[in-house]
Amino acid sequence: MFQYDEKALKDQVLELIRLAATDLPKDVVESIRAAQQNEDEGSAARSVFGMILKNIDLARAESTPICQDTGTNIYIIYIPEGVGMRRLTALIHEATSEAVDKSYLRPNAVDSITGKNSGNNIGEGQPFIHFEEWDNDYIEFKLMLKGGGCENVSTQYKLPDVGLGAGRDMDGVYKVIVDAVNKAQGLGCAPGILGIGVGGDRTTSHLTAKSQLFRKMTDTNANADLAAMESRLLADLNELGVGPMGFGGKTTILGVKMGTMHRLPASFFVSISYMCWAYRRHSMILNGNGEVTYD
Amino acid sequence: MINLQLPISEAAIRELKMGDEVAISGLMVTARDAAHKYIHENWPDWLKPIMEDSMIYHCGPVVKQHEDGSWSFVAAGPTTSIREEPYEAAVMEHYKVRGVIGKGGMGETTLAGLSKSGGVYLHAIGGLAASLAKSVVKVHDVYMLEELGVPEAFWHIEVKDFPAVVTMDSHGGSLHKSIKAKSDVVAKRLISG
Repeated sequence: MFQYDEKALKDQVLELIRLAATDLPKDVVESIRAAQQNEDEGSAARSVFGMILKNIDLARAESTPICQDTGTNIYIIYIPEGVGMRRLTALIHEATSEAVDKSYLRPNAVDSITGKNSGNNIGEGQPFIHFEEWDNDYIEFKLMLKGGGCENVSTQYKLPDVGLGAGRDMDGVYKVIVDAVNKAQGLGCAPGILGIGVGGDRTTSHLTAKSQLFRKMTDTNANADLAAMESRLLADLNELGVGPMGFGGKTTILGVKMGTMHRLPASFFVSISYMCWAYRRHSMILNGNGEVTYD
Repeated sequence: MINLQLPISEAAIRELKMGDEVAISGLMVTARDAAHKYIHENWPDWLKPIMEDSMIYHCGPVVKQHEDGSWSFVAAGPTTSIREEPYEAAVMEHYKVRGVIGKGGMGETTLAGLSKSGGVYLHAIGGLAASLAKSVVKVHDVYMLEELGVPEAFWHIEVKDFPAVVTMDSHGGSLHKSIKAKSDVVAKRLISG
């Protein structure tokens, strides 16, 4: 039976939140650095990347949020058999509230009817916590902070799309993704990272899209067809010339990550989860001795 | 780099052109979604001295309150401006606001309003929250904190050398329109491929 110390785990989750809000992951920073080098000397795009990189360093050094929109806090948690979900949820709520007090998180949960902010970032469906049971003898917490600007340009298409001439095949999938990124322009804090869900229903399609964003920037899709499509999209989308912040430039998208789900014969959804450059995600593994490692 | 000191005159604002890089200093006020809705429904007089010849910052900050009750900004980048499109031109004209700072640009109604009443749209860099919070040297006051909550309240702030780029000017120029026109051509080619 997996045991843990509640007080210690609350503090460990708080540290995970602090890391997610203030410390941009290495693979993302490297991708931004490479994009900066690829932009022309003296261009607006290059100068924007310079300011972005400075901000990343400043946030890490001072332990303050990279972006004031600390987003929806999305947890995916893998647990060994027998670990209670309600207790872990309560601990996460406690850590979340403390993270607001420490100014790692903005109070971001607003009652949709009254407009009242709960003040502690906790509300119906906030934070979002998804559990899965697995065979390993440790717990893994994955956390992503996804802001409203990029969530607002995220979207879902239903194939066929007559207006775009997009049929019910991978070519149709390609077309709607180009359309979505062109419509997004700089509004989602470009350059973005795309999580794409192909298939599923309205809900699982979006979930598939968002789950892709937990992958590393540098990984390669295990499915050869999807890997090829990811590379093709990355190259083509950067021809759009939207550039960082929509100021123009060679970098519109930093990465494309695709996943699929089986669909109903009648439905063909393509979900596009647009993530801003402030691509904040970290994970934490807690073993049976109470030790944690962060990634 | 052009230094802009607030309050600023309509004439000085009309000299600015799309693409100008500016550093803003002086007093301005934050206002975003709920604040714009509130203004539009109430048109309060108390905002007049705060907004006249000044600027609105589309920002919902992370703040810290000190033991003496005073506040400071911890993270304060811009939020997406287009959501204020239904309100902004009217708000700028009513209160003689000379500039709006945000991200992502705004639409045709605001662009026309900038020409009519004499204003500019300034683009700050999204996600630059740690750096931009350093440009907020003092929080003078906060209005409607209880009603609207931290992100949505009116924060009356003093900034120093706040960096931004004029992307929409009072002469009909919009960087957002010109970038979109170019990317539309590429998107059409890729889609019809």
